[in-house]
Amino acid sequence: MSYLIDEGKNAEHLLMGNEAIVRGALEAGINVASGYPGTPSSEIIECFSQVAKERNLYVEWSTNEKVAVEVAAAASFAGLRSLCVMKQNGVNVASDFLLHLASSGTRGGMLLVSCDDPGALSSVNEGESRLFAQLLEIPLLEPGDFQEAKDIIPWAFDLSEQLRNIVMVRSVTRLSHASGNVRFGPLPGTAAKAEFHYSGPLLDPDTGPMIAMIVAAPEAQHGPQQEKLKKAAEIFETCPFNTYTGPAAPELLIVTSSACSLYSREAVSVLGLAERVGILKLATTWPLPQGLLKKHLAAAPKILFVEEVAPTLEDHVKVVAAESGAEIGIKTFFGKKSGHLPSVGELNPDLVIAALSRIFAVPYAGAPAAFSVAVKALAARYAPPRGMTFCPGCPHRASYWSINNAVKLDGRNGFVCGDIGCYVMGTMPAGFNTCKTLHAMGSGSGIASGFGKLKQFGMDQPVMAVCGDSTFFHAAMPALANAIHQRSPFTLMLMDNRGTAMTGFQPHPGSPTNVLGDAVPALDMEKICRAMGAKVEVSDPFDLEKTRQKLNHLMEYADGAKVLILRRACALSPERRGKKDYEVTVDESRCRGEDCGCNRICTRIFGCPGLIWDGEKKVSRVDEIICVGCGVCADICPAGAIVRKEVA
Amino acid sequence: MSDVKLAKDPYNVIITGVGGQGNVLASRLLGGMLAKKGFLVTIGETFGASQRGGSVMSHLRISRAALASPQIPKGRADVIVSLEPAEALRVLALYGNPETILLTNNHPIYPVGVIKGDMVYPPVAEMEAAVMELLPTAHFIDATARALSLGNSILVNIVMLGALGRLNVVPFNREEFKEAIAARLAAGLMEINLQAFDAGYGMV
Repeated sequence: MSYLIDEGKNAEHLLMGNEAIVRGALEAGINVASGYPGTPSSEIIECFSQVAKERNLYVEWSTNEKVAVEVAAAASFAGLRSLCVMKQNGVNVASDFLLHLASSGTRGGMLLVSCDDPGALSSVNEGESRLFAQLLEIPLLEPGDFQEAKDIIPWAFDLSEQLRNIVMVRSVTRLSHASGNVRFGPLPGTAAKAEFHYSGPLLDPDTGPMIAMIVAAPEAQHGPQQEKLKKAAEIFETCPFNTYTGPAAPELLIVTSSACSLYSREAVSVLGLAERVGILKLATTWPLPQGLLKKHLAAAPKILFVEEVAPTLEDHVKVVAAESGAEIGIKTFFGKKSGHLPSVGELNPDLVIAALSRIFAVPYAGAPAAFSVAVKALAARYAPPRGMTFCPGCPHRASYWSINNAVKLDGRNGFVCGDIGCYVMGTMPAGFNTCKTLHAMGSGSGIASGFGKLKQFGMDQPVMAVCGDSTFFHAAMPALANAIHQRSPFTLMLMDNRGTAMTGFQPHPGSPTNVLGDAVPALDMEKICRAMGAKVEVSDPFDLEKTRQKLNHLMEYADGAKVLILRRACALSPERRGKKDYEVTVDESRCRGEDCGCNRICTRIFGCPGLIWDGEKKVSRVDEIICVGCGVCADICPAGAIVRKEVA
Repeated sequence: MSDVKLAKDPYNVIITGVGGQGNVLASRLLGGMLAKKGFLVTIGETFGASQRGGSVMSHLRISRAALASPQIPKGRADVIVSLEPAEALRVLALYGNPETILLTNNHPIYPVGVIKGDMVYPPVAEMEAAVMELLPTAHFIDATARALSLGNSILVNIVMLGALGRLNVVPFNREEFKEAIAARLAAGLMEINLQAFDAGYGMV
């Protein structure tokens, strides 16, 4: 039995923030959970799936985030409690439906959980999802620690039902992927009955159809939606998760939320400023509780905003301060805009310490300066940087190798539009700098579709795009449909590695089992692409020569969109992990080392971590611990020095 | 050793290494043992993209008084446990101080730049000598060789936990380790993990 459904009295566990969110939802009696994988959010759906049977849940990895919200909304419309979860980029994808959902409202409690990634630790951007709450005109909650990540979820469900609208809960990497002690509360029964009532009057919140349609009559729905937001602001005045610690009249008030509240506490404690600085930790960051804010602003002459990514608290609190200047007096503000905290990247205790130490003119050093200098010099000398690369045995390295060769052989200055997945490293030396554009999920295909239509302006470069199997279903299919319909002659290389690999092998519509382990129809990408009207070839990326030939052939074909499916499971996938196809060795007598035609092509260019350049012997060798035995490097070596022997 | 008092509050431990070495499991095991004993524990983890052969780091904060933030302030690590020597130096440079207790595996995992021959991985013996000059109490042990002698390099993280147990600075013992393994891993893995723990215990 999972510890997530521990029903012991006073049970306490060390939980990741994501697990705490799940436990909170279970304590709230959640029925349906949906999402699309993305770091740092992915554990939430996985945890729900582990307890789905015991807790009578329906859980799914949806095709994309917009569909995930729609699936969760259906549960809400039928009177159930539901939650949909995604990383910050996913909220962009879901935003169209969210805007309309916020207008129609919800029935059973419904939460949108967005896990942001300040500092872009595992993202292509550090996008800010909090601004969506303002745009969508829905309430936003931000838990400040692990216990609160659990406790705030039942409160958020109650709020959603009270307001009849979706409530957004925002976490960040340093909460979602950090762990702390969490005391459990009781779990409710699991009986639930779903029914969609629709026969009442159009705008009846309990019995009418759920329709977002305010054509030329904004007052009908937009008005009530704003009333809900006003109600939320009233409720937020007494929200138990807004807390203040510090003296009654501090010299400086920190206004903060989320993981930043923990950094603020630490900084105040480290600098010994507890008697001089107060911390107002807000869990309700949109709409702001104005009364509470005014009370605390009035007590302090200086205000410091501690938050990550966009200065949203800073902007919104300044508006409150401006509107109530006569009551609270004139303040001095510090934060991103004053330059006391950086406007990009994630925060940490040191950055808050630096801001406070500057404002209060209190000197601070983490370690003695002489030690710091000496140890940094040691690291510079002895710790070579660790660059990102594909795993040993990764199909993407082989794919990019062939793609690169095909482009060079073609000789028309062709290029590849990149997409989102591990294969973003196609923009880096690990992927031989193959990809020349990189933006959002599915955008490689859309951009390639556009490039393909520029022939009339004299552009004759062959255009290619890459996308993974999960990304194909998520967002590349509409772009491919566009290209086929518009006769845009680009070549899509569909890197099918059998799962949503980057985030941990979550299933997608092409997978034969779903997140609950049930057998489900697996959509056949090859048949789909053919049926859509593309010219389709399939290749095993480990067969370098055939892959290169097929790609060159497709690049020649100028009449419409083409798809080359590069099918080989991820090296870390359950089906390949721990299994060696080949024992690979280097025949030192044949290795040409630095005299090799391309100067150590295997180690210098191909760059698989399983192949090591032996600087003393001046030959390549195989690291047996690292090598997973894919055998691809044997086809790279021009001297036939890399030998592969099939493992029986 | 389970009654060890924390030398400081919060007590700050960093477990670092390279993606795939079992760094996250080690920090969860240790954190779980301490939380079970009533400590307030925070573990901040840096993984994600870094799991693809990059640097991985877990910050463990242990307290009797208050939940600490998921990131240790620079220069304030009390213990650094590293599964790879270059990572030990990288973390020491940011989070170390003259009192930091450093325990590291001495078996290198080459960064891609070294594998490609663009950079050189310095001799570990030279690295060790330089570190000992700055931190005379540092421990360099060949945990990888010990793990391989037990049959699998993946046991490095457990060998290092055993060695940490012997240092007697973090309050946990073999019995608690056994319970933590039982709670997290399949029953068949108990014996080999205990062997790895004991092996590490005997290495410092």
